[in-house]
Amino acid sequence: MLEKRIIVCLDVRDGRTTKGVKFKENIDIGDPVAMARLYYEQGVDELVFYDITASAEKRGIMIDVLARVAEQIFIPFSVGGGIGSVQDMRNVLLAGAEKVSVNSQAVRNPGIIEEGAGLFGSQCIVLGMDALEDKTMPSGYRVVIDGGRKPTEMDALAWALKAEQLGAGEIVLNSIDADGTKNGYELVITKMISEAVQIPVVASGGAGVPQHLADVFSLAKADAALIASMVHFGTYSISQIKDHLFAQQIPVRMDY
Amino acid sequence: MAVAVVDYKAGNLKSVDTALKYLKADYFVSDDPEKIILAERIIFPGVGEAKSAMDNLRETGLGDAIKQAFAAGTPVMGICLGSQIVLEHSEERNTPCLGLVGGTAKRFEPTPGFKVPHMGWNQVSPAGKSFMFRGIPANASFYFVHSYYPNPDKEYICAQTEYICTFTSALQYGNLFAVQFHPEKSGKHGLQMLNNFLEWKGNA
Repeated sequence: MLEKRIIVCLDVRDGRTTKGVKFKENIDIGDPVAMARLYYEQGVDELVFYDITASAEKRGIMIDVLARVAEQIFIPFSVGGGIGSVQDMRNVLLAGAEKVSVNSQAVRNPGIIEEGAGLFGSQCIVLGMDALEDKTMPSGYRVVIDGGRKPTEMDALAWALKAEQLGAGEIVLNSIDADGTKNGYELVITKMISEAVQIPVVASGGAGVPQHLADVFSLAKADAALIASMVHFGTYSISQIKDHLFAQQIPVRMDY
Repeated sequence: MAVAVVDYKAGNLKSVDTALKYLKADYFVSDDPEKIILAERIIFPGVGEAKSAMDNLRETGLGDAIKQAFAAGTPVMGICLGSQIVLEHSEERNTPCLGLVGGTAKRFEPTPGFKVPHMGWNQVSPAGKSFMFRGIPANASFYFVHSYYPNPDKEYICAQTEYICTFTSALQYGNLFAVQFHPEKSGKHGLQMLNNFLEWKGNA
């Protein structure tokens, strides 16, 4: 049976992980490569690196991080942040990433999804989407861009369907309302989009305890769930989360 | 005499490359049919679409090189698309394939509640004993991304996986072993399988 994926997200700025971390293990706590390695050994199913480097000239640092991750971590990983052209996509894929994620850039230029899918295959192209609850929109959710700061005129469900049609192979759906609350994923929009598209949907934003993942898998039909602070702060390990899901008969990869 | 990784412009070879490097394998990536024929073993990866892959293999002579090496007894390992185009035929754009082994690549039937492509980790159950599964527990999970799957003649089924139907996730025929999943992205069990291939004599 296809297993539900647990994906850890690492925000990387100038080659360092930015969220505060409190590992007890003897590793460099801000080094994304060492952190990725630790999560890999703990049984994470996939990783995503968001490049939040402010300046374009520091992009090379990220490529170097990815190359070092690829040398020692043999699970899929994707890269988002600052992907504005197919050349950017090519650079991260050649560094060893399995997928690239486009968000605000795809809203400004939807053609990049089609172009990327045509060149590298749909399985490589992930649409990252930030959604904000808004009763005036047809689906009840509005697409926002630039890290959630800027509202658009796009409806979240319509954009998901459009991106699928353009060739996106997966959608990472981040709820701005839930993000950072640790109160759980936004189940309504996750279920709505997961049922509407044929491509996998990754839920993002709001995870605080393992039961939140159980809920988004069983109630909202997410194919995968993104987590960050609940493991970065050492509150839970990947195996604790998996044990919790497994105990509820949710299919997860237990043998790693 | 080393392992040749066939480069026929079907997807990104980076992860196969880094996995072999990690395993300290003596290997090279090549699109030269003459070098492929002389290799001690051949890894035949690939992501993408069957028709354009076959066109490329035909035009470059790489398809014939793989056939010749296989006939001469060189251990060959197909990965992903490489497990489909070793068959006689693919339903994908109705494409005649290499025909190293009998069977056809089929598309998953559209089924409510199941997404296609089949993407993520899924369990692989070996059908019998194969050296290629040495050190790998039964029902270990491997990473898949595909919409078509190999459906070889029954006697070549080496392992199966459940998704929509029970499909062949590994096949074996003499010195050919091929997997639909990506061992190079499947953690320690995937690395173990690649390592097995580096030692496989192509007969068990």
